[in-house]
Parts: sequence; structure tokens; C-alpha cells
Amino acid sequence: MRYTFLLYTDPADLAHMTPDDWAAEKEVYGAYIGALHEAGVFVDTDWLQPVQTATTLSVKGGSKQVQDGPFADTKETLGGYFVIDVPDLDAAMAWAEKCPAAKTGKVEIRASAMGGE
Amino acid sequence: MTQAARAAEMAARTSYGRLLAFLSARTHDIALAEDALSTAFARALTHWPAKGVPDNPDAWLLSVARNHLTDHQRRQTRFPTQSEIPDMPDTDADDSTFPDERLALLMVCAHPAIAADLHTPLMLQTVLGIDAKTIARLFMVSPAVLAKRLVRAKAKIRDAGIPFQIPDTDQLPFRSTAIAEAIYAVHAHDWLDPSDGMGEEALYLADLLAQLLPDDPEIKGLAALIALSHARAQARVQNRSLVPTPQQDVTLWDDRLIAYGNRQLTLAHSLGQWGRFQIEAAIEAVHMTRKDSGQTDWTALNKLYHALLQLAPTAGAMVAQAVVTARLHGAQAGLEALDRVEAQTGSGFQPLWAARADFALELADLKLENCCFDKAISLTTDLAVLRFLRQKRDNLPADP
Repeated sequence: MRYTFLLYTDPADLAHMTPDDWAAEKEVYGAYIGALHEAGVFVDTDWLQPVQTATTLSVKGGSKQVQDGPFADTKETLGGYFVIDVPDLDAAMAWAEKCPAAKTGKVEIRASAMGGE
Repeated sequence: MTQAARAAEMAARTSYGRLLAFLSARTHDIALAEDALSTAFARALTHWPAKGVPDNPDAWLLSVARNHLTDHQRRQTRFPTQSEIPDMPDTDADDSTFPDERLALLMVCAHPAIAADLHTPLMLQTVLGIDAKTIARLFMVSPAVLAKRLVRAKAKIRDAGIPFQIPDTDQLPFRSTAIAEAIYAVHAHDWLDPSDGMGEEALYLADLLAQLLPDDPEIKGLAALIALSHARAQARVQNRSLVPTPQQDVTLWDDRLIAYGNRQLTLAHSLGQWGRFQIEAAIEAVHMTRKDSGQTDWTALNKLYHALLQLAPTAGAMVAQAVVTARLHGAQAGLEALDRVEAQTGSGFQPLWAARADFALELADLKLENCCFDKAISLTTDLAVLRFLRQKRDNLPADP
């Protein structure tokens, strides 16, 4: 079954980073991605631009509404995601526990509603 | 690394930890002390090769660091202009002129007002001088976040007035336990990756703590546990795959560390108070006797796990005892024991399924084997364990 990890972190933690800091950051996530690959469970991941670049759009009610910013203002924001393919929630939780974002923020685990295909 | 280079590194490390403890205890400002000390070490790198190493290198370093701190304090009006750091003559040949205050520093790092998950990184950074990025890489956490949290923790230590002192006897056991837990975390993290050197660091800290708290049997037990476990570091992973203790090549075990561990365990035992770390060390010691006797004493292990479960009923220890039960009473008894474990841990505990797969293999229950190996593999996030389980599963006959 496919599971998506939504990674919520505090953007203040990643403010004022030097290129060296980013390299170190990528190395830690790279190790995690490498482990997901070797375990054969990796499907997809992305690291998102900061929340202040978000645009929220809705045509609910018939008219287009565009909002400059995220749909909800929270201290911890969605910063990226992983999609993995594992048998069940036990396995998804085991991998979420190892995700670097879980140690400093929160990882929301959501099973796919479209099955694993 | 050669023996001499390692010795030099250890000496430098000991100097670093002692100097930082000494400076921090007087300024209450770890970050400032780190700054001052790195300035001193940087200056040593340019001065010493040209002018020769001073008679008392620590005093030389302390003197440079002290000047750096005095300059800093002059710029900060809210600090007294009078330095609290006593000067030391750098011609003094006796290098034991300043006290070892690393125990007070460890107490600060493991203070209950500091988040428990920062105890270990703080110790690694202050006592051993390991930088935040390296620590973050080892523990697979965001380096930026860890660095920020360490800065905040040091500011709290300074601003909230966390004392640099050994607590009273009624508080001491709690604090020394917190330090021991933090050192144990280094060891527990290391055990599958002998290449990262963290086993050495855990051993250094445990040995240091055993010297600083000589009357605490559990600290000796911890030092024994880490040494005995680290003695198997080279045998534990072969071809990037886990090798379980009973199958390890005993010629790869480190005799020096085994001797050290057994010595610490005997000393701990002579203090006459059992504890979790001593029992875990004794379990390791029983496994190590296979090097001489050629066999494993499962009856002794059964007694020790029984005692361990009384003191620290962890899921890992429960599974380990089920494995011992299977050795003594057969795989069926092991499976039954695991069912009782699962009632407590739930179905997501990886070692439970790895052990169950093993027992199914012994009982030649193919259907159970396949399902247990698949479940164990799905829960495995450690690559050495993953490779081991896959090899084992792939050697099974096909499901009929």
C-alpha cells in the first residue's frame, strides 16, 4: 500500500542557512532516501519552497479566489513529503520514525485512498 | 589510525574537555568558552610549529583562552570587567594544576531542565569537542535544527543559571543515571555501524564517568557493557550484513576490550548492588565466553534475562528472553513466549518478527516462515539487518 508522509517543520529552524548548512541538510536526507531506495520502498519525495511562496486557489462557490499564502497559518508548516510503498501501517510507522523530520517536527502518515497500484 | 596518532588524539581530546569544563564552570557560558578555546587551539596551530610546543600546553591554551574571554568581557558592559578565570603560569611544568571539572560539565549537560534528547548531543559537543554537523549526521537529524537547539540550550544554561556543580547525594543518583542514559544512547546508536567511531566515543565517556564516579557500580556496568559490545564491532557486520552474536567469528573479537569489560564488571560486582547495566554487561560477558569454551551457556543467559526483565522490562529484552527460551525448550516454546510479547508490544516491533521467523524456520513451518520474514523485512529500516534478513529469506525453499 502507498503511504504519504507529510513533513511539518518550523521554518524558523531553517532560516539563515549557509550553503554549507544546506549541504549538511541534504546529506542527512540523502542517507534516508538511500535507505528507502535500498529497502525498495521509495516512490517519490519533494522538498517544497518555503510557505511564504504558497498560493492558495479556490473556485468553490463559482468564483475564483486566489490567496497569497498558505490556506492555514501555523507555526509548523508543510515543508516536503515522501511517498513510500510498504505492506501496512506498522511498516509505514517504522520508516516515519527514521525520517529526519520526525525528530525535529512532525510527520503525518496518510494511506493512499487509490490503493497501491 | 596508528596507535600513536590515536594516543595523540585522545590526549588532545582530554585537554579539550578539561579546558572547556574549567572555562565553562567559571563563565557559565559554554558557547563563549567554546569560542575562546577554539581561538586558543587555532593559535596553537600557528605558534607551536614555529616556536615549539610549550612545556605546559594546557596552561598555554588556557592563558590564550582567558585573554579572549577578558577581551570579550571588556566589550560587554553587563559583565564584570574583572575576569573570573584565574591565570596560570605557562612555564609551570606540572600540568595537573587545574582541576578536572568534566563531571560538573556532564551534570549540566544532563540537567533535567534541558530536553532529554539534547543530553547526548551536548555531551558529545562539550566533552569530546565533536561539531554539531557531525552529531546530526550520526543521529540522522537536521543539522540546522540541531545546531539551533544546541545554541538555545547553552543560552538557557547561562541565563537560567544551571549550576556547574556536583549535586547533593539525594540528587546525584538521578543525575548520574541521566548521564549514563545519554552515554548509553551513543552506544545503542553505534552498534550496527562500527565505521562511525561512535563506539569509541561511548567507551571514552563511560570510562571517564567510571573514573569520575568510582563508587557507582552501574557506571562501571555501563563501561563494561559498552566495552564488551564494542569488542564485537568488527565481527558484527560482514559484507555489510549483520552477523548475529552466536554466529560471529570469535577471532574478530577484541581481547583487550573483553578484558577491560570483564574487569569493570568484576569491580562493579564487588560494590554489591545490581542494576540494569551490570546485568546487560553480564549477558554480553556470557556470550563472550564462547571464545574460550566454544559454546553458549543458555541457562546462565536465561537467569540474567529473567533478572533484567524484573528491573527493565523492555520489549527488546522480552524478545531476547524468548530466544533463550527457544534454545532451552525448543522453538515451539519460543513462539508461545513471543505471542505473550506481542500482546504487550503490538504488531509493529521488528525484533519480534525476526525471532518468530527464526523459530518458524526451525519448525520447518514454511508458511509461517515466509509471512514472518516478510513482516520482519517490512519493519526493518537498518540496512545491515535488512541485508541479513533478505539473504536468510532468499535461502528458504519456495512456498509449496
